Amino acid sequence: MFLNQNKMNQQSYFTHLDALENEAIHIMREVAAECANPVLLFSGGKDSVVLLRLAEKAFRPSHFPFPLMHIDTGHNFPEVIEFRDYRAKQLGERLIVRSMEDSIQRGRVILRSKNQSRNPFQAVTLLDAISEFGFDACIGGARRDEEKARAKERIFSFRDEFGQWDPKNQRPELWSLYNARTHPGENIRVFPISNWTELDIWQYIGREQLEIPSIYYAHERDVIVRNSSLLPVSYLVQPEAGESVQHMMVRFRTVGDMSCTCPVASQARGVEEIIVETALTRITERGATRMDDRTSEASMELRKREGYF
Amino acid sequence: MAAVENIEPDHAELLRFISAGSVDDGKSTLIGRLLHDSKSIFEDQLSAVTRTSNKRGMEKIDLSLFTDGLQAEREQGITIDVAYRYFNTPKRKFIIADTPGHEQYTRNMVTGASTANLAIVLIDARKGVLTQSRRHAYLASLVGIPHLVVAINKMDLVGYSQEIFKQICAEFAVFLQGLGFRSIEYIPISALLGDMVVERGDNLDWYSGKPLLDYLESINIEHDINVLDFRFPVQWVCRPQTEEMHDFRGYTGRIESGTIRVGDAVTVLPSGLTSRIKEILLYNDSFETAFAPQSVILTIEDHLDISRGDMLINGGEPPQITREFDAMLCWLSEQAFDPNRKYIIKHTTRIVKGLITRIDYRVDINTMHQEPVNILTMNDIARIGMKVQQPLVIDAYAKNRGTGCFILIDEVSNNTVAAGMICIRES
Ligand SMILES: Nc1nc2c(ncn2[C@@H]2O[C@H](COP(=O)(O)OP(=O)(O)O)[C@@H](O)[C@H]2O)c(=O)[nH]1
Repeated sequence: MFLNQNKMNQQSYFTHLDALENEAIHIMREVAAECANPVLLFSGGKDSVVLLRLAEKAFRPSHFPFPLMHIDTGHNFPEVIEFRDYRAKQLGERLIVRSMEDSIQRGRVILRSKNQSRNPFQAVTLLDAISEFGFDACIGGARRDEEKARAKERIFSFRDEFGQWDPKNQRPELWSLYNARTHPGENIRVFPISNWTELDIWQYIGREQLEIPSIYYAHERDVIVRNSSLLPVSYLVQPEAGESVQHMMVRFRTVGDMSCTCPVASQARGVEEIIVETALTRITERGATRMDDRTSEASMELRKREGYF
Repeated sequence: MAAVENIEPDHAELLRFISAGSVDDGKSTLIGRLLHDSKSIFEDQLSAVTRTSNKRGMEKIDLSLFTDGLQAEREQGITIDVAYRYFNTPKRKFIIADTPGHEQYTRNMVTGASTANLAIVLIDARKGVLTQSRRHAYLASLVGIPHLVVAINKMDLVGYSQEIFKQICAEFAVFLQGLGFRSIEYIPISALLGDMVVERGDNLDWYSGKPLLDYLESINIEHDINVLDFRFPVQWVCRPQTEEMHDFRGYTGRIESGTIRVGDAVTVLPSGLTSRIKEILLYNDSFETAFAPQSVILTIEDHLDISRGDMLINGGEPPQITREFDAMLCWLSEQAFDPNRKYIIKHTTRIVKGLITRIDYRVDINTMHQEPVNILTMNDIARIGMKVQQPLVIDAYAKNRGTGCFILIDEVSNNTVAAGMICIRES
């Protein structure tokens, strides 16, 4: 099973990707060793695809010492759900899916309208799942470069019994000595790729030749131009009066809630082209693709306080 | 506008640095300038900052706004904690630990500095070397940052005077002499106008060194890791327990220092048992050698009882195995040290109960004088004696950052309350 003999015979150059990869592997193993019942949040998106490769590097030839879990908003792109199931099966790891639809039916989540963005409510389903399984740590794929509020978040980020993050009361994090201790009911979120940027992610996907859902690559799609963003037409998003549907080549930079995740115009059909486009891109990932984050500069911070990842 | 040259090739190196300065020395402006001129600022960030700048009645954009943090802090007009920023150039990827200067300064700086390769200490050219400048350099050296850049800022406000630059350098050099930095560089800059930050500018022609960013891109950091003493704290034991891998036992961990080769003899500490390296593995790869800071799996020739918290070592100078040691401690918690509370120490991958047995002195970080105390409160730096329940395998922090550092955790609150750097007494 160990194929590439002597690949790194010499003290070869230690690149930034090597440094980030080794740091993330170390973090994953600390979680495995110190937490009683961790889980890895796997959405099928590119960041969590990277997490899975890092977990393989950390733990193979063993199985992962934790299951995978997806919080399904019911607004996911079908290509992503398909990929999620395919990848979990390919790895032979256990996948737990908890859906917001259930939370809605049980009255835990009350929506104002059927088609509104479900991102703000993911926290409810997530927190319910955490208590259902008694998870004490959730490994997630958030990165500090995504958003201002994240820049200060710890790699091991402590949450109280209500799943809340208190930005003013974070545990100091020094060297790579992570404090994973919790009381019953409390929980930590662990972000092994905190220090990665969008460009690092794409370079790593390229280097490791990772499969990702097809909608990350340029494809033809019906879109509506609204507030200078492209919105994908689906059963959730239909043209309003005066809007017209355009058919164009687009790709997604993130793959979240279908009602508010916007693609960008792109011809990039492969990782190399995406890397070039990413380096040239002048708009942050969230700014470009998440309508709900733009409404308020601080909306992410508010959502995090409420227990969102 | 961004350029394709901005793509870091796969072989770009990673450099982590911290910038330190007193309030208003221009730290935020400098970081904003580095991000802006290296074209790491995105348009939506730029337009948000431009809007805010205009709202505040400024003509040009305020570069310092790029490093603005959380909502609550923005409302109070101060930054509170350590934040991390990222930018890249074709040569390197940079991680900046941004630690604001105010009353919690020591704690934040020590935190941000703990992983840094380099520190930038900012000095306002009009004010010269201040108490704070000495404090920042001292803290950087305490935490073992190998490289120091003294950036003398606001040169535009002193007529870009070489005389003033020289005076400040000469004065600071005397103080820095004893601090043990591997390299020290002095660079005159104007963060506001950009001189000698990314571009050379036209005003500092008398300066023959590199602009700041050039320097950050080219400084050699390869030799900062201890390459002699192999240290491998075991993180997690990999036992697939499948039919085909029934007997497989791999020790996962990160090499903290040194290098290792298949066939090398290793000693397991604290037990003292010995064996040889059979394989060095990671995922689908198998290696002949591995080096710090790689994360790998090691297998050994013999069946030994090894678990998390044990350390494999080889060659070089042996570490100490002890239940008692001295350390420099930085108290991080708002809750003062209390001899009646129970503390846990996390050192490498080992977690044991610990006790502070003595406080030798506290360092007045403004004067570097030692003063006797019997209490430790937030931001205190002190020399202490520690005693732990089970033996630890330790090195002096000055020799080995990874095996010489530890944190203290309050057993009841679970908070991280202190950070320690081990000193080994000459026997
Ligand atoms: N003239 C001049 N002003 C500067 C320079 N760098 C910063 N400033 C100004 O000094 C003030 C404080 O800068 P800021 O970056 O907020 O300082 P911080 O508190 O260290 O982050 C601001 O008004 C800046 O515009 C410089 O190189 N030259």
